[in-house]
Amino acid sequence: MITAQPKIGLFVTCLVDLFRPTVGFSALKLLEEAGCTVEVPVQTCCGQPAYNTGDRATARTLAQQVITAFESFDYVVAPSGSCAGMIKCHYPSLFEINSGWRVRAEQLSTKTFELTSFLTDVLGLEQANVDYAGTVTYHDSCSGLRELGVKTQPRRLLGTVAGLELREMEESEVCCGFGGTFCVKYPELSNRMVSDKVAHILATGADTLLAGDLGCLLNIAGKLQRDGVAIKVRHVAEVLAGLTGVPAVGEAEGGE
Amino acid sequence: MQATSLAFKRNAIAALNNPVLQKALNNIKIGFVRKRAAAVAKLPEFGLLRDAGRDLRNHVLDHLDFYLERFEAQVIESGGQVHWARDAAEANQIVLDICRSVNARLVTKGKSMVSEEIGLNDFLEANGIRPVETDLGEYIIQLRHEQPSHIIAPAVHLNREQVADAFQAHHAPYGFTERHEEPRALLDEARQVLRQQFLQADVGITGANFCVAETGSTVIVTNEGNGDLTQTLPRVHIALASIEKVVPTLEDVSLLLRLLARSATGQELSVYTTFSTGPRHPADVDGPEQFHVVLLDNGRSSMIGGEFQDMLRCIRCAACLNHCPVYSAIGGHAYGWVYPGPMGSVLTPQLIGIEVAGQLPNASTFCGRCEEVCPVQIPLPKLMRHWREREFERHLTPMPTRFGLGVWAFFAKRPKLYRRAASFAAWALRRLAGGAGRIKRLPLAKGWTAWRDLPAPPGRTFQQQWAARREQRP
Ligand code: SF4
Repeated sequence: MITAQPKIGLFVTCLVDLFRPTVGFSALKLLEEAGCTVEVPVQTCCGQPAYNTGDRATARTLAQQVITAFESFDYVVAPSGSCAGMIKCHYPSLFEINSGWRVRAEQLSTKTFELTSFLTDVLGLEQANVDYAGTVTYHDSCSGLRELGVKTQPRRLLGTVAGLELREMEESEVCCGFGGTFCVKYPELSNRMVSDKVAHILATGADTLLAGDLGCLLNIAGKLQRDGVAIKVRHVAEVLAGLTGVPAVGEAEGGE
Repeated sequence: MQATSLAFKRNAIAALNNPVLQKALNNIKIGFVRKRAAAVAKLPEFGLLRDAGRDLRNHVLDHLDFYLERFEAQVIESGGQVHWARDAAEANQIVLDICRSVNARLVTKGKSMVSEEIGLNDFLEANGIRPVETDLGEYIIQLRHEQPSHIIAPAVHLNREQVADAFQAHHAPYGFTERHEEPRALLDEARQVLRQQFLQADVGITGANFCVAETGSTVIVTNEGNGDLTQTLPRVHIALASIEKVVPTLEDVSLLLRLLARSATGQELSVYTTFSTGPRHPADVDGPEQFHVVLLDNGRSSMIGGEFQDMLRCIRCAACLNHCPVYSAIGGHAYGWVYPGPMGSVLTPQLIGIEVAGQLPNASTFCGRCEEVCPVQIPLPKLMRHWREREFERHLTPMPTRFGLGVWAFFAKRPKLYRRAASFAAWALRRLAGGAGRIKRLPLAKGWTAWRDLPAPPGRTFQQQWAARREQRP
């Protein structure tokens, strides 16, 4: 049951906090406009870097930090399939079955959502009342797609943005090569993957690339710009919230 | 085989810079990925089949001893023999002893990854027995003294010219002096050379895709028919299989065959599916006089009941290789041992040690495409993560990674301190970018900036802006 005004704990994610605050404010705006009360509890990182490096102890400590900070909310929402996936799909496995923490992790898991999936699947939002004059293509971030089933949700909402044309790229579901620490541990492989992604983006002729995870966006924007390609890169929440006044990812103030 | 997995990074960079290999790897997308997608799209119940496949393989692994004993009894019942090999050395010795008992000089072989795992060809050659691979891809790489680069398409890394070169270099003694490059001509030439071997061979060695407990049969699937000639023409047939290949009934085999062919090549069924049950019976028109099954453990039984047990569900379809963005970028040789791709990244550390193979489970973005296509739903990313956990516990994680993680964790566990550090980082990165929106070179993140720019933050973190906002309108 959705209470009249669900209380949301916004999990900003560490990348958004540091690199792209606009995404956090976009999420805030979208949630508030959809009738939610939003708070931003004390937070750092979901612990995924430790978890994927094999350091379960650190991952567990950080999971406990997040559980404690967020468990009193009706829902936890993150503008990232990767971080939401970490909380939803992996937190429980960090704790012993039947332990108190396991139960708390499982409870948090059931109420944690990726932003676009929360807006559509839980709140039933059908319309984004904004416009965006541009041709966009959408990259499916791996965790959101495969762990959380985020595929149609952002597209459905983008379909209602006035002036926006969506052009699908080939292999939109193939990894962009970010992979957290992978991109610095195996830079040549990562570069090859992001180069393939860029080629597929270019082939669409779109002027804007959107995705739901900042890791992918930083990676793809960095590659596009190194190659001197003038395609704008934005988080899908920015477009849906109409906060596209700020420069796109990696763009200088006042445009290029 | 000497593993070069420690040099994975170097191998991978060399592969990325090898234009011939890169061109050959392109074929995987067309030959495997698209065909699988089309075959799966045509079968609405494919998802249900995957559930059934997973459950069946789990059931077998939970009762492995029971089905293996049943299988052994049925092989004996039908007149064959079963040999148990604890490791590669024992398996090689068993095969050699059988070959010697019939004074074998020439052995034909069907495709078998277990044979690669135990290094059988080198061992036989060192003991004066000549093994000849009869699967076309295996035959080509045998001529080139190479390892397979793919578990079902061993020569996928080669192009036609390279095959023509290999044939030209080796086929003169068989009367072939002209160089051909057309696929048809190459195939005919290989057929004629191999036909002579089939007729002269004393022993035929094949792998086994499945071992059927209820009948004592071994099953192979091929598209060339070479496996059938290998196992029916010589006097002795040896089937090499690892212990987890056992399946309870023929009905179960049919389930797995439907999954296997579609996942592997997008076929509904492979061209040949051959069941071998015991040696030639009096009423049979052909078949071997002796039928042996060598069952290899090589550390697999120690995986039962542990966190890597799920890996034993594998039916070697290679879908995880074909769909892996890392495998498709570098091919199989870079992995440095027998099994490449995601399945190899889990299995290889088990077989040759995480100290040697530690790079493999790390070279993944955990994109999850392998698990998504695996016909028996093996959680490959999770299993790779388990290897990283073992590495971390044993302090095998490389120092820079461990150190970086330690510093990051120190702050991440202290929210107040973290906020200040993040604010500083946002400010510092902004300064570094200057008037530009991005940073072209960053000494501490060379891996990133060697290939791409780093988009710069606007200068103030979300938390800073949020706090300021709340002061304005509490
Ligand atoms: S792990 Fe799964 S996808 Fe990979 S070869 Fe084995 S069965 Fe096929």
